[in-house]
Amino acid sequence: MTAYLVQRLLAVIPVLLLVGLITFALLRVTPGDPAAVLAGEHATPENVERIRQQLGLDRPLHVQLWRWFGRLLQGDLGDSLFTGYKVTTLIRQRLEPTLSLAVLAEVIAIALALPMGILAAWKANSWVDRGVMVFAVLGFSIPVFWLGFNLIWLFSVTLDLLPPAGYTPLSQGVWPWLRSLILPAVTLGLIFSALIARMTRASMLEILREDYIRTARAKGLAEKVVLLRHALRNAAVPIVTIIGLGFAALVTGVVVTETVFALPGLGRLIVDSMLRRDYPVIQGAILLAASAYVVINLIVDLTYAYFDPRIRY
Amino acid sequence: MAGEPRVIAPPVTGWAPGRRKGLWSLLGRFVRRNPSMAAGIGVVVVMLLLSVMAPLIVERDPQAIDPVHRLHAPSREYPFGTDHLGRDIYSRTIYGGRVSLLVGSAVALLSMACGVFFGLLSGYFKRVDAIVMRVMDGIMAFPALLLAIALVALLTASMQNVIIALTVVETPRATRVVRAAVLSLVGRDFVEAARALGAGAPRILLRHILPNTIAPLIVQGSFIFAAAVLTEASLSFLGAGTPPTIPSWGNIMGEGRQYIQRAVWVTFFPGLFLSVTVLGINLIGDGLRDILDPRLARRM
Repeated sequence: MTAYLVQRLLAVIPVLLLVGLITFALLRVTPGDPAAVLAGEHATPENVERIRQQLGLDRPLHVQLWRWFGRLLQGDLGDSLFTGYKVTTLIRQRLEPTLSLAVLAEVIAIALALPMGILAAWKANSWVDRGVMVFAVLGFSIPVFWLGFNLIWLFSVTLDLLPPAGYTPLSQGVWPWLRSLILPAVTLGLIFSALIARMTRASMLEILREDYIRTARAKGLAEKVVLLRHALRNAAVPIVTIIGLGFAALVTGVVVTETVFALPGLGRLIVDSMLRRDYPVIQGAILLAASAYVVINLIVDLTYAYFDPRIRY
Repeated sequence: MAGEPRVIAPPVTGWAPGRRKGLWSLLGRFVRRNPSMAAGIGVVVVMLLLSVMAPLIVERDPQAIDPVHRLHAPSREYPFGTDHLGRDIYSRTIYGGRVSLLVGSAVALLSMACGVFFGLLSGYFKRVDAIVMRVMDGIMAFPALLLAIALVALLTASMQNVIIALTVVETPRATRVVRAAVLSLVGRDFVEAARALGAGAPRILLRHILPNTIAPLIVQGSFIFAAAVLTEASLSFLGAGTPPTIPSWGNIMGEGRQYIQRAVWVTFFPGLFLSVTVLGINLIGDGLRDILDPRLARRM
């Protein structure tokens, strides 16, 4: 196990290097003078020069690359062109709403998707199954922001039950915090659950055809035990995999949801930085998101042994 | 999936070869056998027609500002209401479909073409594979929308640059599908036979392998189409996609965001058209997968 862990951790390093390299290359391979593009249409030559120097674009490419990775290793993502603050500081300030939203949405999605997927596979071809499949294809098709607007209109404007926008920090109490997050988390969770429900159903369908399921039923086990202990446990690996791979979709959803509900999180920071062409901030944020994706999928890999003891490292 | 030999089944949908039948009865049979795919095709055809014939259907200029009639609720005169500048949401929604379908189909075609190029090479040449697939894995680690945002920030927000950004983001998915198909084909007898007869790599790849990768590629292409339409709308909604001079479903909703409490129709109707269109494309994709790739269909 330890040997495997080390081996997996080492395998992640080239991927992370590549992620860093792609982020580095993005700014340099785009056509035209990046400093001029970032400075905007009405920039003075001095401004363009300032940006060029701040980003180090005036140096030879290999020096830039060396500096870029040197700083990355020290956890330095550079400074914002617009506010002058360190990118890491800006990101840290925005982390709480984003993490709260992502975790709540993920919990809601799993809580919805697992029962739906299991029921659909158990009652395959029934109306329950068809309902779940319709739900899944709708979840793939409806944009997060449209669902969000409709829920705001229903629960905030018409029924006046929940706040339409804004975020209350956790430090002001759990209930106000939760209240400000219910609508965004439900919006995102509903969309995200479609992905998990579909995979749960597919994976369960396959497992329920296995001989050991028939054996379990034949020896008179309760259906609940057959489904949850025998089938779900064996179906878990693809489900956990899709939850890990779905992290990218979750991040995309978070960015859009934060804009819909005016949550002051990382997603909002990214969008505002994009509108101001504050490239170092965008660069830091996408690097963070991609690295998180790699690490989360590493963790997912490591959980396989727990769900399927046949997997030995 | 890689490495297993696989045979791509011929399309077995609606037609029975040998017997001549009326077009309508064939169509009826297709609809009965694939009701959801037929519905998807219907939706997409209607959306296409609306977009192409927009100038004939719509009376009002979608950009015409009318301060007197700001934020009008849907009425007989304004079927979908008006926005904060008094622009007719019905006209804007019909015109907005043009952007979505244009961007979606351009991205689907371009990333399929790039996918064929990279997929054929990396499936056939081991050295290319090592490099190309690492880069593709690297791109796929970035959430699509964020990568597109970064690209659009570096280029400028225009429809052309949105298409370029989304093609970069979607190409890895097309490449993987083609590569997987190539890997399963290179060991097959007909490829060996062609090689024994002296065919070079270009001929083997283009004449013998490429035709057999088309079916899974088309299935993937339809899902890329749907994803591109959604991502374009998200980008435009965030203010980074289609510039405000051209109405698109995404930017209409982005501008309507602040008026959600007073004028829900500004966001409701473009979003409804967007959802229905993406649903239609997804239904076509699911149907194509069931027909062209039966092995995969059983899994999902």
